[in-house]
Amino acid sequence: MTAPRTMYEKIWADHVVRDGGGSEPDLLYIDLHLVHEVTSPQAFESLELTNRKVRRPDLTLATVDHGVPTEGRALGIKDPLSKKQIDTLVANCKKHNIEIYDINDIRQGIVHVIGPEQGITQPGMTIVCGDSHTSTHGAFGALAFGIGTSEVEHVLATQTLPQSRPKSMAVNVNGELPVGVTAKDIILGIINRIGVAGGTGYVIEYRGTTIEALSMAGRMTVCNMSIEGGARAGMIAPDETTFEYLRGRNYAPKGQDWDEAVAYWRSLASDPEAEFDVAIDIDASDLAPYVSWGTNPAQTVAVTDSIPDPDTFDDPLERDAAARALAYMDLQAGTAIAEIPIDRVFFGSCTNGRIEDLRAGAKLLAGKKVHSAVHAMVVPGSGLVKLQAEEEGLDLIFKEAGFEWREPGCSMCLGMNPDILMPGERCASTSNRNFEGRQGRSGRTHLVSPEMAVAAAVEGHFVDVREWV
Amino acid sequence: MDAIAVITGQMAPLPRANVDTDAIIPKQFLKRVERSGFGPFLFYEWAYDEEGELIPDFVLNQPEYATAEILVSGPNFGSGSSREHAPWSIEDRGFKAVIAPSFADIFYNNCINIGLLPVVLTDEEVATLTQIAEDPDNLVTIDLEEQTVTTIGFAAHFDIDAFAKHRLRNGLDNIALTLEHGAAIDSYEGSRASFKPTLA
Repeated sequence: MTAPRTMYEKIWADHVVRDGGGSEPDLLYIDLHLVHEVTSPQAFESLELTNRKVRRPDLTLATVDHGVPTEGRALGIKDPLSKKQIDTLVANCKKHNIEIYDINDIRQGIVHVIGPEQGITQPGMTIVCGDSHTSTHGAFGALAFGIGTSEVEHVLATQTLPQSRPKSMAVNVNGELPVGVTAKDIILGIINRIGVAGGTGYVIEYRGTTIEALSMAGRMTVCNMSIEGGARAGMIAPDETTFEYLRGRNYAPKGQDWDEAVAYWRSLASDPEAEFDVAIDIDASDLAPYVSWGTNPAQTVAVTDSIPDPDTFDDPLERDAAARALAYMDLQAGTAIAEIPIDRVFFGSCTNGRIEDLRAGAKLLAGKKVHSAVHAMVVPGSGLVKLQAEEEGLDLIFKEAGFEWREPGCSMCLGMNPDILMPGERCASTSNRNFEGRQGRSGRTHLVSPEMAVAAAVEGHFVDVREWV
Repeated sequence: MDAIAVITGQMAPLPRANVDTDAIIPKQFLKRVERSGFGPFLFYEWAYDEEGELIPDFVLNQPEYATAEILVSGPNFGSGSSREHAPWSIEDRGFKAVIAPSFADIFYNNCINIGLLPVVLTDEEVATLTQIAEDPDNLVTIDLEEQTVTTIGFAAHFDIDAFAKHRLRNGLDNIALTLEHGAAIDSYEGSRASFKPTLA
């Protein structure tokens, strides 16, 4: 009888090509490699310089997302550097026989939206991508993590990665989520508690009744931001919600394969007696809609709170970081969050750019208008999300309210395309990072849920969505 | 990548917590498809103002630190985006090592993979080194074999994974090492479940 194991230990064991025996890393097989234009060109170039081939193009899927424009696509890509980068990926995929959803493909979108959407993200898989938000795919009970370009090359050449075993952390969230509190608030609440480096060296498994009650979209939002707490991977045990999401999708198993797959997937959940290196318990009723006030994703408070005083931080580096953050954000300690006016709203990203997010936003927005001082935009996570939203008439709700309705991509989450904040602009953003300059030089990002972003767009400042109709 | 034995050089102090990879190399410089040439954009928005003018106070803009080879910074260095452009830009600027109380996981691995030595010391040791670095004439020596960091009146030991050390010491190509296990990869592939998805 084998000792009780966590889900991550089971998936890890099922992918060991070569056991490093403790003195070397284990060599892990990679079931799916997702590729985008920004972190791959140097990997392909080096592969060719060393006369190596892509070992498994059939386990590699590419799309363009980081640098694509979200408007005026008929006119082509104006930025010559982005155009070259995108053209380079298309050429590399053609040369190496890799499937790519290019800018003209309806399936094009943010790499972490398209994998699940196509049903190629499945439980029990190892999934990597040259992007830190690869943790998103862990929502399906996959071991998914971001890698650098050297590792992208390694996976292209060998379909494996040497990896040292991380530690395991259980984050248990139990209880009913209060009305107006979302999956985004769960993960912001977790990061606030563990800190931006609390998960460093760990794989997080999110557990408990609150997590089990989430939709796949909500689970993806939670796992997506694992890296914001320092964890390369976050995961959630697959269950009926997972299977129902996958059933019938393009790359989901069919017929007898489906039955075999589901039987395997059911075996993945952590054994009841499995031990985690660390466990954290959170009561869902303690969570609130959060707003980030600083320049890292742990610097958040509930919407009903005020900007904290840096002097209240014990650690001198954290105190200094808070003071720096307030200077950058042009905020004063003691200011109520609800008094902060905003200039922009960005609705989208791999955190909150799925159809469920758009539905939640549109439901709140219907019949209302964006505040006259606010410039708001929606960037669907993929072409298929956009199409679905248009079929449901969500685009009309957003457009009639005054939101811009854009083409899919990463857009203003990181501003590699023309969608950036101007210096000093303050943005309510459904994205994942509020780092200095992230959305544009001297731009000020406040991370919030889709519902909070919509409410802020209408009012022109943050409001408590729990009391807002 | 080049083998690393002993690094002796000048330190540049950057005593900030959570230096993220967006700060190390802002996104507008990630559009290049080349592997080299990122050095001039290192910490761009701390090094240049909105008009593109040099900010003289920033440590790397001070002439006395122009030849620094060892960056000394705060905890959780390299957090955020997986962009390998971050260690590339540090390396391209002439740095051979980064010393910090802790590193983000992906950044740390990226450093190992390109041969930029990440050195983890305690908060107190980094604080001491940061003070020592305030005099730009003070050199520090990092001995990878001995796993030590030494300078006048200061000596510290650091931990590093034995296999990572072996690779750095010998400048080994990680892909070549893996390809030695080609038979194991073939064998594993032969046993994969038929329900696993492929793009074919």
